[in-house]
Amino acid sequence: MKENKKTYWKGLEQLTNDPEFIKNADKEFPDYLPINQNTDGSASRRDFLKMMGFSIAAASLAACEAPIRKAIPYVNKPVDINPSIPNYYATTFASGGDYASIVVKTREGRPIKIEGNTLSPITKGGVNAIVEASVLTLYDKQRLAGPYINGERTDWSTLDNEVSSKLRSAGNVKIVTNTILSPSTEKAITALVESTGAEVITYDPISQYGILKANETFFGQSVLPTYHFDKANVIVSFGADFLGTWISPIEFAKQYSQGRKISKDRPEMSRHFQFESNLSLTGANADYRTPIKASQSGLAVLALYNFVARKAGASAAGSTNIDIPHLEKAANELWASRGKSIVVSGSNDPNVQVVINAINDLLGNTGQTINLSKPSYFRKGDDAKMNQFVADLSAGRVGGVIFYNCNPVYDHPKGEEIAASISKAKVSVSTNETMNETASLVQFVAPDHHYLESWNDFNPRKGEYSLSQPVISKLFDTRQAQESFLKWAGNEKGYYEFIQDGWKAEMFENQTEIAGFQDFWDQALYNGVYAVAEEVEEESISGGQGLSGAASAISNQYKAQSEGTELVIYQKIGIGNGTFANNPWLQELSDPITKATWDNYLTVSQKWASENNLRMSEGSTKMAQITVGGKTLTLPVLVQPGQAEGTVGLALGYGRTKAGKVGNGVGVNAYSLLDISKGFVNYDITEGVSIEITADSYRIAQTQTHQTFMDREYVIQEATLPEYKENPSAGRYHPEIYTDGKFVKPSKISLWKGHHYSQHHWGLAIDMNSCIGCSACSVACQVENNVAVVGKQEVLNRREMAWIRIDRYYSSAEGASSAKELEIAADNPQVTFQPMMCQHCNNAPCETVCPVAATTHSSEGLNQMTYNRCIGTRYCANNCPYKVRRFNWFKYHDNKDFSAVNVAQNDDLGKMVLNPDVTVRARGVIEKCSMCVQRIQAGKLTAKRERRKIKDGEINVACAVACPTDAIVFGDMNDPDSKITNMLKIEENTTSATKEVNEERAYHVIEYLNVSPNVWYFTKIRNKDKSEA
Amino acid sequence: MSFNRSLFNFPLKMGTMIMVFVFMLGSQAFAVDPEVPEDAEAIAAGKTIFNANCRQCHKLDQNHTGPMLRGVTERRELDWAKQFIVNSQKLIQSGDAQAVALFREWNNTVMPSHEFLSDGDVLNLLAYVEYGDKVDPNAAAAAGEGGGQVGGGGGIPTEYLTLILGVLVVILLLILVVLGLIISVLTKYLKDQDLDETDKEFISQKTNYKAVLKSDAFIIIVTAIVIALVAKTAIDGLYSVGIQQGYAPKQPIAYSHELHAGQYEIPCQYCHTGVEIGKSANIPSANICMNCHTHIQNVGGKEGISPEIAKIYDAVDNNKPIEWVRIHNLPDLAYFNHSQHVKVGGIECQTCHGPIEEMEVVYQHSTLTMGWCIDCHRQTEIAAVGNEYYDKLVQLHADSKDALRVKDIGGLECAKCHY
Repeated sequence: MKENKKTYWKGLEQLTNDPEFIKNADKEFPDYLPINQNTDGSASRRDFLKMMGFSIAAASLAACEAPIRKAIPYVNKPVDINPSIPNYYATTFASGGDYASIVVKTREGRPIKIEGNTLSPITKGGVNAIVEASVLTLYDKQRLAGPYINGERTDWSTLDNEVSSKLRSAGNVKIVTNTILSPSTEKAITALVESTGAEVITYDPISQYGILKANETFFGQSVLPTYHFDKANVIVSFGADFLGTWISPIEFAKQYSQGRKISKDRPEMSRHFQFESNLSLTGANADYRTPIKASQSGLAVLALYNFVARKAGASAAGSTNIDIPHLEKAANELWASRGKSIVVSGSNDPNVQVVINAINDLLGNTGQTINLSKPSYFRKGDDAKMNQFVADLSAGRVGGVIFYNCNPVYDHPKGEEIAASISKAKVSVSTNETMNETASLVQFVAPDHHYLESWNDFNPRKGEYSLSQPVISKLFDTRQAQESFLKWAGNEKGYYEFIQDGWKAEMFENQTEIAGFQDFWDQALYNGVYAVAEEVEEESISGGQGLSGAASAISNQYKAQSEGTELVIYQKIGIGNGTFANNPWLQELSDPITKATWDNYLTVSQKWASENNLRMSEGSTKMAQITVGGKTLTLPVLVQPGQAEGTVGLALGYGRTKAGKVGNGVGVNAYSLLDISKGFVNYDITEGVSIEITADSYRIAQTQTHQTFMDREYVIQEATLPEYKENPSAGRYHPEIYTDGKFVKPSKISLWKGHHYSQHHWGLAIDMNSCIGCSACSVACQVENNVAVVGKQEVLNRREMAWIRIDRYYSSAEGASSAKELEIAADNPQVTFQPMMCQHCNNAPCETVCPVAATTHSSEGLNQMTYNRCIGTRYCANNCPYKVRRFNWFKYHDNKDFSAVNVAQNDDLGKMVLNPDVTVRARGVIEKCSMCVQRIQAGKLTAKRERRKIKDGEINVACAVACPTDAIVFGDMNDPDSKITNMLKIEENTTSATKEVNEERAYHVIEYLNVSPNVWYFTKIRNKDKSEA
Repeated sequence: MSFNRSLFNFPLKMGTMIMVFVFMLGSQAFAVDPEVPEDAEAIAAGKTIFNANCRQCHKLDQNHTGPMLRGVTERRELDWAKQFIVNSQKLIQSGDAQAVALFREWNNTVMPSHEFLSDGDVLNLLAYVEYGDKVDPNAAAAAGEGGGQVGGGGGIPTEYLTLILGVLVVILLLILVVLGLIISVLTKYLKDQDLDETDKEFISQKTNYKAVLKSDAFIIIVTAIVIALVAKTAIDGLYSVGIQQGYAPKQPIAYSHELHAGQYEIPCQYCHTGVEIGKSANIPSANICMNCHTHIQNVGGKEGISPEIAKIYDAVDNNKPIEWVRIHNLPDLAYFNHSQHVKVGGIECQTCHGPIEEMEVVYQHSTLTMGWCIDCHRQTEIAAVGNEYYDKLVQLHADSKDALRVKDIGGLECAKCHY
């Protein structure tokens, strides 16, 4: 057994053993307990009187009868709706070009939960944090209740009359939109275009114009290819965060995980190289990650081309004089896996993307891992056209403008200019659902339905279609934008019929399987997705145009060495492009890398911090001013290990001013710093960036150092692939305890009598090799279990409520005591993600210490938490070695102090999203992961009603369902045929709680305590060469 | 078992009457009829019949919806008992005095006919009733007597306690009287003696009751008694907070379950459609009412539209739902699912809701306290036959002598109802 000698650390303060960190790390709860909201902190006479009043009120309350409650049935009950029984509908999430095929759970007609649609060939049942959280946006009070003219409520007929006549007389009408995936929407817009002579301008907040342009140059097709990360043995990414935010991250995460699943039968996995400036989610998962400056990125790509070209015998392009670690190694491995590798870049520079195309072409990946004959339509934005539009608008050349569900005032680099010149258009219309930055400036607002109230169709990829259907009737007096377009074009047809007509003519007529259209439609609607059966014609797409031009442009524009600070603008997995900034679940989701909530900030390297005398501890930091091209923003600084030296990072999506009470004023708006001088939106600002640290201090609400394991080791167990091949239990730590003169396994000595589970033994198996840290599980858990949002101040007070958290560990070979060592350790650490939730211990320390038996063990292996019995001593939380118990310091529901952030439990509309099967917890009780006991009970009941045994997989917990990489597997360890039993290789199937697990990779966190959890982790395997472990 | 008194809300005197009744009948027969078989096979067969047909209303050693059954062949003629079991209504309508008296005594509750039972079946059933599942007589007595407490457990039954206290009081009073007599005798004797002044004064002094009333000891004792009484009342009061047993609010429509479910025997599930599929049993929507009331517009052959039925038409015409007042209110922290109990467990509606088919106005029959739930979970056997889900549990339980009950498969665990 080789012990793991690496140092693991959650934050820099842990690495340096910061006294402040150590003080807090030993305590489950912080010392400061500002429960008493009096300023002086002592009880006043008034409080005494209040208490008296309360006692009298309580006494008299006890004397009265319970209030009368009504039971109001339907007048005419719909056939399919039965109170308390959920209905599921397949539909589609689409926001701009972000796409996911989903299944919506509704209760009594209210959508309450979103899950992935496993029938979808694209997202394959995966979702991400934004999709999961989008159900709450339906119940956002910020949504408009009806149409507006010049800020005044009006009715639809008035608006229609004015808009239709004005549009016809305005002349030069522009329809501005983000990517439209819907063919029927495009048709509806075409109808409007035909009747008004309008022009459609498409832009995307997160533009992929570079790829579209490059493909046009290189292949003659302005499309996005379909990527197959699952077919790639070697993956090289230059700053493309394809697991987190790039193009179609759900799809890519699913594919990527296929290549990372490892077992004794298949001890192979893909190798992933990442070259990037910010530490992205994708970079955190890479086997080899090299921090590079943004100004080098083009040259790095070109250098890779030249390495590959040398092997292929092709001529070099451009001149590269740059030395980037791991680049040549990457080239060699790419060459060895020709046709089974993939190279991608997150750059929006068409020249860089041309070279990427050339590399993939040389490697024979085009047509294999990169498929242009079945293109994707996730991004269609044209930066050049949008720039032209902004110029036209400010010059007063635009007569009328319609903003179709887009918000360029906020999310376009020239937002300010657009804001200033909207009034120059004779008529301005917006279909936004809320009075956002753009809608508040136009004359006519014709609010669209929420996507869960809408009919629509989508064509995310050639031949792949999906439908969306309303899962609730409209909450407000809104109207589908497509219907508005049709109306303004003089077409009185409803949009539903309009879609059906289109499908009848195109899809139904071209198939022979189903005879009647209604059957065909019902089937497609039921599945949510529809694929056009097409003859496979292998279109050989060849390219090769424009390489030399691109290479020379890169050689000129990028530098091997540069002195200045560079700004790399990125997206966070929760907030994304900022459309959903008013969603508190996303705001409070702690970023998987920085573990920060409720903020954006400048991420800086440790070297920069020590040069600027910045010491960050427990979120305390300094403010800085960043100036780019004359624009200055003041924002906090966050020291980020792995940040490339000489670069700083800043996330988009923050700094909304008209998002709503949750999102307004959180962070700063980085869109205004983007550079469009080169004709495309450039997210890498390599020149003219200056940063000045100010004297103001600030606290970022980071969760990374909360809930630490208090120096207990062997939480993370990992190995490299060569080690694993030699010994499947490589990296495992097998603790032994000395007793009676010999060493024995900890499970052999126990204080507890042990349990027997006669029927079920629920457990979780978590593959740390598949987990990419995307945090979809966290949000899914929050939605499913009515977990409260507590707001920034309470996160700072270390009181976040998440039941499942993604622990992010950095590791480096050495610890650090001096600033210099700290820089080295933090330069480019390895990252490990570990989802952590209640481990449902069979020898649970929490159960032993509860004085009122509020937390007990079930006969199915669950650690039960009974809120109505809990008296809030918090002994359990103190005694939990995994730090997964959460205390309700306040009444978070129906409390005006939390109404601004905890909207799902405070306003009457927001409460519609609550899961009626899960109690909303009161103040003063502990809560924690229940392993979705409500789902287990429901699944068992279904089986009992049908008088059969439970089928493996029919019950699944919210986190496992949401996981796009299938890293979490839930099941019955007593069932010999279940997936979890097979994964863990539980041979003898006894009813004993202590199962003999034969899978070498499976381990318990902090095994030597012998608390015997029902959650198993699989060691992380890194595909590194042996010498580099 | 002690919850039954509160559960079925029978006044104490009813119990006394039954006891008198049983006593009277007891003089007619003294032992189990010899015709009733005693072998285990017959008892087992009888148990199956009992569980399928009788269990909802009868218990062996306790009164329930119907009277307790053990000893029935001691109390009655065997033939009479057989006839009553097979078709009680026939017997009642024939004017049999015993049957009519019994029927009246049990609030005219109709016992379904069991004509499908053969003579042998009835004998087996009686075998089980007389010899099956005998409970330790002491425990049974204790449980049977301990009424009045809501879900209370164990301890000395209250009636024994009263008896013991009464005897103690009598003994103490006797001692008091004896002591008084001794004092008067002694005083008389001493008065006749030649005593000095102080002693005489002592003997002839009168008891100063005023001083006694003002004494600390007296005040403390009285205060303590008052405090104890107040505390007991307060605690009893607090225990009843939130318990709405008997709650029978006025409903927007004077709907009668007695008429629909009792007289017309409309199955409960016809209107309460959710009871076998979901958590909620469902208050029927107005369109379910309209299935019949499209045609039935008045009651008792009267002309025109009944004002109560008109309210349904009103609701349907104006698309305005009927706002019923909810009677059974469980707290939000407790999860209860009808289908688990009705479909899976095979529990009759009446087990919890009482004789609903006799209710003109529905009232809350049970206490709906956690003690009440738990008690039932302790006793109820799992309806495992033919349900594959329970196969493994039944198999693992095979060694046990006791039946497989809800409590044995985790039915007392917190997270079965609280999450």
